[in-house]
Amino acid sequence: MRVKGRVWKFGNDVDTDLIIPARYLNTTDPAELAAHCMEDADPSFAKKVAAGDIIVAGKNFGCGSSREHAPIAIKGAGVACVIAGSFARIFYRNAINIGLPILEAPEAAEALQDGDVVEIDLGSGTIKNLTREGLYQAAPFPPFMQEIMQAGGLINYVRERMKNHA
Amino acid sequence: MGMTITEKILAAHAGKERVTPGELVKCRLDLVLANDITAPVAINEFEKLGLDRVFDPTRVVLVPDHFTPNKDIKSAEQSKRVREFARKFGIVNYFEVGRMGIEHCLLPEQGLVVPGDCVIGADSHTCTYGALGAFATGVGSTDLAAGMATGECWFKVPESMKFVFHGKLRPWVTGKDLILHCIADIGVDGARYRSMEFTGDAIKALSLEGRLTMCNMAIEAGAKNGIVSPDEKTQLYIKDRAKRPYRFYTSDPDAHYVEVRQYDASLIEPQVAFPHLPENARPVSEAQGVAIDQVVIGSCTNGRIEDLRIAAYILKGRKVHPNIRLIVIPGTQEIYLQALREGLLEIFVEAGGAVSTPTCGPCLGGHMGILAKGERALATTNRNFVGRMGHPESEVYLAGPAVAAASAVTGCITHPKEVVGSYAG
Ligand code: SF4
Repeated sequence: MRVKGRVWKFGNDVDTDLIIPARYLNTTDPAELAAHCMEDADPSFAKKVAAGDIIVAGKNFGCGSSREHAPIAIKGAGVACVIAGSFARIFYRNAINIGLPILEAPEAAEALQDGDVVEIDLGSGTIKNLTREGLYQAAPFPPFMQEIMQAGGLINYVRERMKNHA
Repeated sequence: MGMTITEKILAAHAGKERVTPGELVKCRLDLVLANDITAPVAINEFEKLGLDRVFDPTRVVLVPDHFTPNKDIKSAEQSKRVREFARKFGIVNYFEVGRMGIEHCLLPEQGLVVPGDCVIGADSHTCTYGALGAFATGVGSTDLAAGMATGECWFKVPESMKFVFHGKLRPWVTGKDLILHCIADIGVDGARYRSMEFTGDAIKALSLEGRLTMCNMAIEAGAKNGIVSPDEKTQLYIKDRAKRPYRFYTSDPDAHYVEVRQYDASLIEPQVAFPHLPENARPVSEAQGVAIDQVVIGSCTNGRIEDLRIAAYILKGRKVHPNIRLIVIPGTQEIYLQALREGLLEIFVEAGGAVSTPTCGPCLGGHMGILAKGERALATTNRNFVGRMGHPESEVYLAGPAVAAASAVTGCITHPKEVVGSYAG
């Protein structure tokens, strides 16, 4: 699957309180959460971001809380993919489990600039900068995680397996 | 080659002789946990499976602690959803306001987590239980939903890092200072995806409470879990609490560690982490004099009886500085009652502090002590991210209960010895 969109660039150690502040965790509604996505980093982000856009950040993206509201808010805001130098562990799991595409690509995370338009092949993990020269390769997912993603997230995966074992 | 305690517990729960770091394993779960923020999302996902039961109603724990007693209508709706789910599925370990506690204070105290367990919780500080010699890690709500359904979870076996703390602690230095020092050393992603194992004489000498505080903050270095091999202290702590049989695992002498770091604990001063990352910890002497508006003593990091005793020792017969709002939050109802019986709560109130029923409250900027723009708090909590306790332009400094109490008296960040001299308690 290919996605194409504008880059919104953030720094290192973007924590889950920045992605979705706790004051908005009294709901599970993706649209409501999306309206406050990245609010404490960039208060107008949720208004500016367009469906298909891409978040690019440095190391340790999504550190902090286990709140799944974080990837849900990002997905709800229409972001098609998050590229980072590295991801915090729980965020990484959560993103895969809910079907938010994420790519670990330190080189791309470094080189891509705010406003660049990039095209990503999610299957192969190649990232192409359409604004300026640049082609990058993301680390592939272990086969097991690909299975979860192919099933459309963890719940579908579990449902299939429970059915087969029944 | 030998195995680490983490590898042994994972192997046992995967039904294997041994596991190696990097391997993906499916483990049987002894306990799964969620709170009033993460359970509603997990319930949404669980319902998609269309099941009429959870894998084991005695092994699911639900604790409304973050926004409770409910801070607003939406929070009340979320708690209600959790309560109704608990009733419908016969969840024995649902803890209602008035009988609850902050989850990571409550579960060890109630003997719900025991040594040797494999536990997931939809809360990042689930890693706290490693202090009992259990493998415990935070996951998201969808993992939790799958865990509630199947009683299983997949893990990548983490590489282990060993942190050896030698020597005797200085007065006023507690587990909080050791872990802040350690995170300052390795950074907020210094143990990403890895297991942090704490050992050495200083850890042996530490109380169970101190070990819980240390393992609690393993996630602040990005770790999958924090862990301490169980010993006599663990045995003493657990023997009258354990609700299930338990098993002590310990690391083999020839277990493999990707990194071993050694610290001379006798050189570590009380620590203060500057905004906006826990890794910005420095000795309190370098923070002296920073003026603050609010002091919070509580949370799953430092809301235990030992923490309250230290704070009360300092506050006894003293007054909270006129510029300071002191908020003290015992971690559980049992701790609250114990503090009441020991006269600690009276000391806090006499000093001019506010004492709250157990709740996460201000720790995550929920309620009970939100900061306005430009305000600064010193808290015994575990995170000082931007906006963590309120306005995005407020600041949080992290410290242990001794520095927090001393600073409440002086109005600025202060070494406890300046308020009370040496510690006799
Ligand atoms: S006290 Fe703070 S860190 Fe601990 S569970 Fe509650 S919100 Fe999370």
